[in-house]
Amino acid sequence: MHTLFTQFWQLTFSGTAQGFIYILISLGYTMVYGVLRMINFANSEIFMFGTFATIITARNILGHQPNGPTIHGFTLIYSLLLCLIASMLTSGIVALLVEFVAYRRLRSRGSNRLAPLISAIGMSIVLSETARLLTASRAVPAPELLAKKSLATVLGANLRVDQVMVILVAPIIYFFLQRFVNRTRLGKAIRAVSMSEETAKLMGVNLNRVISATFLIGGLMTGAAAFFFETVYEATKFNIGFNLGIAAFTAAVLGGIGNIKGAFWGGLFLGLLETYASAVLGAQWKAITVFVVLVLVLLFRPSGLFGEAVQQTRV
Amino acid sequence: MSKLRDFNLRDWGASHWAGWDRPRRVIFVLAVIALVALLPFAGNFSFTNILNTPISSYADVLVYPIGMFVLMSLGLNIVVGKSGMLDLGYVAFFAIGAYTMGVLGIHTHLNTWEILPIGMALAMVAGVILGVPSLRLRGDYLAIVTLGFGEIVRLIALNTMKIGGPNGLSNIPNPPPIFGLNFDLTNPKAFFWLIFVMIMLTIWMIRRLSVRRPGRAWEAIRQDEDAAELMGVPTLKYKIWSFVLGAAIGGAAGVVYAAKTLYISPDAFTFNISVLILSCIVFGGIGNIWGVIVGGVFLAYLPERIRFISDARQLIFGLTMLIIMNFRPDGLLPRKKREKMVHSNQKSAVKHG
Repeated sequence: MHTLFTQFWQLTFSGTAQGFIYILISLGYTMVYGVLRMINFANSEIFMFGTFATIITARNILGHQPNGPTIHGFTLIYSLLLCLIASMLTSGIVALLVEFVAYRRLRSRGSNRLAPLISAIGMSIVLSETARLLTASRAVPAPELLAKKSLATVLGANLRVDQVMVILVAPIIYFFLQRFVNRTRLGKAIRAVSMSEETAKLMGVNLNRVISATFLIGGLMTGAAAFFFETVYEATKFNIGFNLGIAAFTAAVLGGIGNIKGAFWGGLFLGLLETYASAVLGAQWKAITVFVVLVLVLLFRPSGLFGEAVQQTRV
Repeated sequence: MSKLRDFNLRDWGASHWAGWDRPRRVIFVLAVIALVALLPFAGNFSFTNILNTPISSYADVLVYPIGMFVLMSLGLNIVVGKSGMLDLGYVAFFAIGAYTMGVLGIHTHLNTWEILPIGMALAMVAGVILGVPSLRLRGDYLAIVTLGFGEIVRLIALNTMKIGGPNGLSNIPNPPPIFGLNFDLTNPKAFFWLIFVMIMLTIWMIRRLSVRRPGRAWEAIRQDEDAAELMGVPTLKYKIWSFVLGAAIGGAAGVVYAAKTLYISPDAFTFNISVLILSCIVFGGIGNIWGVIVGGVFLAYLPERIRFISDARQLIFGLTMLIIMNFRPDGLLPRKKREKMVHSNQKSAVKHG
């Protein structure tokens, strides 16, 4: 308990950074859920491919090595940008692939609700096993893109540069996503499909295109999360997405799944909660706290913290 | 092609069964039971050698994972298949059963047969504790709460040093012999027969319940919960019952698992097991006992059998799941047409109306 008070601001800061990573992953779940009413089980693998894309871009294309010299100036900026773009694109493409392979055929034939879930689980196994075979089950270290330097100390909290970047850039990506969904024609189509698939179809919305776009956007968000994750944690493994995926899905449900704003507050809440909980109870109990809170929230507000908003502004 | 797609082995079998008189049915059932009971010997001949999997003997594989998976799939089928609630944390009950066996078997003089009802009771209590508050939730929210519950049970086992923490429990005693059958590591046949008896009891129970009040209530809840409630079905009560029955079967499977392997650790109770068991159900044919059994046998046996391509076996497993689900979305053996009818009529009414 003591650490919580002495390090409160430090914890709040790193919890916020963690929360923004969760927000971006849970957008992957929430976008797909909003449109299809289905859990995208392969989202954790979409994330995993993003982390690998970040590392491969940094190491094999840009030539930065793990434990190599610190990157400065202009090189740093374009390295970061390139890695972010590579990660987002890879995850987006994998997400499109998931939709095409695991969902499309079942959707067009109007199957029961569980079949796509199992087919997505199958897809998720295929993706993670492919990565496992390619990496020989080993953890892959990432080059240090951002030196873990402290920019400043505010209220006793060390503002580490990698976490500062997450907190500054992730909201921009989130803001663009929201603008896109609320302002553009395609965004409008996505909202229409999430309200009523049948009606949207009758109004001339190209369902397949909208659903593909939704997966793509969810994948792009998850890929951005994978990039930020790599700048902070600097390693990946074929099964890295599993725990993060469950946590991010929890965040999406906490906020009210299918609801973009819900993913934001749910992710932030979960990141902070997890950090506080591991300070108070020890790191090994943090996952339990998260689940206990999730269960409690759902019991008292069965459709998440922003449940009311779900019906009105789904996605 | 479309003829093949419309062919429903379940209905084909049912139509034959309906045409039989009683003695014929009894003979058929006894013959099937005898055949299944002889299965552990099937790997002994040179021409059946192919059944033996590369690492463990065929008779071992029959117990775990095949028998165990079939038993748990049948248990989970009550929850997911019969009453239509998505439970992603079924492994929790399996873990509770296994840890009951582990802790009581090591620290008390109780033997497996005495622990079995205790393990089932504890799993049922856990089912009530989880079920009473959470079964008000629906669909995916229920799924995530059960998933959370499964993880909570595993993490508590992982972080509680009194029950072994990450090292788990070892030296769990074997069950004492009954009817002259020795239950030990060298004799997987005895365990297979034990699980087979449990599976038969479960099938019997499900078949009895299906045609009585609880079964009809579950069916109503699965098809339309609000309508069922309006018609006076106490939905929460029956949902909890189906949850608790599923939990009891999971607990029983856990007790036998711990008594068979003699060693348990939290690693054996991951979310993957819940997913695999759910896959068995959906893969085989959701809601249909025979389909669930086929799914359980297939998904449990396949990864073991193709162990020789050891590295790629999980990949092939995933691919198989993907392909089968895409080409047979209702599973290998879909549920009875009669039960599906109401749903599809509703759908077409909506579409055409």
